[in-house]
Amino acid sequence: MSIQLKVPSVGESVTEVTLSKWLVADGDYVEIDQSICEFESDKATLEFPAEKAGRISFKVEEGSDLKIGDVIAELDTDAKAPAKKAVEKEVVSATKETAKTGSKEGSEEQKTNIEKRSSTNDTYAKNHPSPAAQKLAAENHVPLAKINGSGKDGRITKADVLQAVKDGVSASGAVEMMKRNSREEKAEKVSKLRKTIARRLVSVKNETAMLTTFNEADMSAIMELRTKYKVAFEKKHGVGLGFMSFFVRAVSNALEEFPAVNAYWNEDQVIYHDYVDISIAVSTPRGLVVPVLRNAESMSMAGIELGIKELAAKGREGTLGLEEMEGGTFTITNGGVFGSLMSTPIINAPQSAILGMHKIQERPVAMNGQVVIRPMMYLALSYDHRIIDGKESVSFLVRVKEQLENPQQLLFGKDPVDILLDM
Amino acid sequence: MNKYDVVVIGSGPGGYIAAIRCAQLGMKTAIIEKYDTLGGTCLNVGCIPSKALLDSSEHYHNAAHSFEKHGIGVSGLSVDFSAMIARKAGVVKQTTDGINFLMKKNKIDVYHGHGSFESRNTIAIAKTDGKTDKIEADKVIIATGSKPASLPFITIDKKRIITSTEALSLDKLPKSMIVLGGGVIGCELGSVYARLGTEVTIVEYMDNLIPTMDADLGKDLQRSLKKMGMKMQLSTKVTAVKATTKQVTLTAENKKGESIEMKADYCLVSVGRKPYTDKLGLDNVGIELNERGQIPVNEKLETKVAGIYAIGDVIQGAMLAHKAEEEGVFVAETMAGQHPHVNYLLIPGVVYTWPEVASVGYTEAQLKEKGTAYKTGKFPFMASGRARASMDTDGFVKVLADAGTDEILGVHMIGPRAADMIAEAVVAMEYRASAEDIGRMSHAHPTYTEAFKDACLAASENRALNI
Repeated sequence: MSIQLKVPSVGESVTEVTLSKWLVADGDYVEIDQSICEFESDKATLEFPAEKAGRISFKVEEGSDLKIGDVIAELDTDAKAPAKKAVEKEVVSATKETAKTGSKEGSEEQKTNIEKRSSTNDTYAKNHPSPAAQKLAAENHVPLAKINGSGKDGRITKADVLQAVKDGVSASGAVEMMKRNSREEKAEKVSKLRKTIARRLVSVKNETAMLTTFNEADMSAIMELRTKYKVAFEKKHGVGLGFMSFFVRAVSNALEEFPAVNAYWNEDQVIYHDYVDISIAVSTPRGLVVPVLRNAESMSMAGIELGIKELAAKGREGTLGLEEMEGGTFTITNGGVFGSLMSTPIINAPQSAILGMHKIQERPVAMNGQVVIRPMMYLALSYDHRIIDGKESVSFLVRVKEQLENPQQLLFGKDPVDILLDM
Repeated sequence: MNKYDVVVIGSGPGGYIAAIRCAQLGMKTAIIEKYDTLGGTCLNVGCIPSKALLDSSEHYHNAAHSFEKHGIGVSGLSVDFSAMIARKAGVVKQTTDGINFLMKKNKIDVYHGHGSFESRNTIAIAKTDGKTDKIEADKVIIATGSKPASLPFITIDKKRIITSTEALSLDKLPKSMIVLGGGVIGCELGSVYARLGTEVTIVEYMDNLIPTMDADLGKDLQRSLKKMGMKMQLSTKVTAVKATTKQVTLTAENKKGESIEMKADYCLVSVGRKPYTDKLGLDNVGIELNERGQIPVNEKLETKVAGIYAIGDVIQGAMLAHKAEEEGVFVAETMAGQHPHVNYLLIPGVVYTWPEVASVGYTEAQLKEKGTAYKTGKFPFMASGRARASMDTDGFVKVLADAGTDEILGVHMIGPRAADMIAEAVVAMEYRASAEDIGRMSHAHPTYTEAFKDACLAASENRALNI
């Protein structure tokens, strides 16, 4: 029997996808649930699994724009699996090679099999280092993933690591050869994701009354607290105590005090939320993604750190689901990790405000008539002036600053002594 | 007070190797040994002397039992037991002298005496003449090893109720011997005496010999040892061992719950070994032992006190000389800022009986527990031309490979020279070879190693060529 593989519905409001990449070759035998291609929508990239096992024949080309329900391939479910289930993943180059060499002796299938077995591309042993190679790589901070193993089945030999060290391969990336006087240009198709980002950013700029207010926070109290509790916290909770939990906590408390900052503009209504879902901007190899930490207002510090760690890991692996990126009532973005000292972030519509964190830098500041050196961070809050008044936005940012500088306030959102004295 | 970058306490295979590696890496190194000779248990009262006696007894056994079939007539064959023990002592002396030479060559200072921590950086050495030396150490490696363990109701008198140490230096060949514990040491020393004509009975609590290894190995070893004349009492719980000046009486409860009694000239207690940390002064540096008497260490083999490391039998893991050696090198290189690695899965286990037993990687029981789908390939030495030529046809090689990827996950062998052959399996597994990989490598003919190749072919696609 032959079945048609169609573009699945990938989420509400997504009507069009691009088939960005085939993950198998035309004519391959695919297993059930094996990923056969990658779809890119304006929200995310996702892999598409085969619903049945069988021989695949492509109906569209890589890079095609498709509607939901379009047929991308046919699957012949009567086709026999190759005699010996391929140990390795299907390898495009290997199968092509076989087709070329033809088959004078033995059946095509057998030949394919042999080709696959001897292919050096992706067996379980790929990039497995020899003991000496492993030691050398660890000592020179060469990530094994960046080495192309020359040994059998892609194993990494000592010579491979020696060469990598010589070539200056490091965790931060292969050293790029300097190109001089090159005047080449390169055209690259804009991805669906990029197009959507572009459209949204421009519409926010055009359709909201966005402006940015600044403040700065003395980070010494939080840094002290982290140094003191870092080890014990990690031991107890299995996750490091980062800066994000402090910011999420401070923001959640402040948002409850200033609900407009946590609201949506919707035509002739303002929608207030009695929960805080914080979108957190995470940089991934595929671009910026903004997964959502739900009910942040009810989370413990460890809960926040664990939640962020999980979302960030999923972001890096590209396994974030659409539902994990939808919603969100407020966004935090941290340009500081790239070294930004100050910025005016753009609101993540339909939200009405976004907080920008920046680099912590020691600066001379005046305190009680003295110039002292303190670890300082500039804070930026971009907001939609249609919903939020200047007083509210500025007060919101001041509340965040106060909590960061006095971490004891993070517990209840204000000074615990005030709570005690009911003031 | 002499000052050192590193002081190693204990000169067994873990300690002396660690000291040499430290010296090679440019550290000023001292080693402390409480006995007169270097080398620890392994060289003095363990691996080396037991192999010396195993070889002597094997020659005798072959002369008495196999030569005739080879067409060699022997008359007047006899055992000069004290000559055997003397040769063994000679081998030990040669080997321990070798360590002295290595220490000199690497400019390592040797202190004889009982080393103990006076403080984090000061090590006291109590010498046999009653005097105490003190040396200062920047870093310390504890490599004090282990001692034979016993059972709570047994008093080891070292005359009739003995440990492996005494069993290596008996003055007379015993007529009968009870070996309490069918682990590696019991099977090896039991073999020595059984081959020389002693009536040997192994009493074991579990239902199999060498119970920590793959179950098939113990069963096959049992068959071979019984063929040689050894007796077995498995699933037997010993309740008492009593000694008179002339003999020992052991009472036990057998599988059916009946009480049994055995008498013999000697009872060798080989129920395992325990970490040795007596009078080491661990209290003075705040190191506490775990419930098994071991020194707890982190993944860098460093104790809770920074700069104090521990290796070998005194920490967790298999009590094997080669495990201690790997750890010795690991710690020395770690101290020097390098990033070495010890692959504990691939430390082979070996029993020097005949046939020899050797294994590496996961056992079938472990794979089942992990839920890993695996394939099995087994090749009996009976089908090996080389084994038939030498009349060593007992045993087999068993290869366990991943059902999906064909990667070799465990190799278990019993047969001629298995102890040497296991090295190939270690190399294969360290490089994550598939069973088919080995099946596609040329193995010289006729050799015992062909059995490994054929077992791999059997595991890979059930296509062994010689059976």
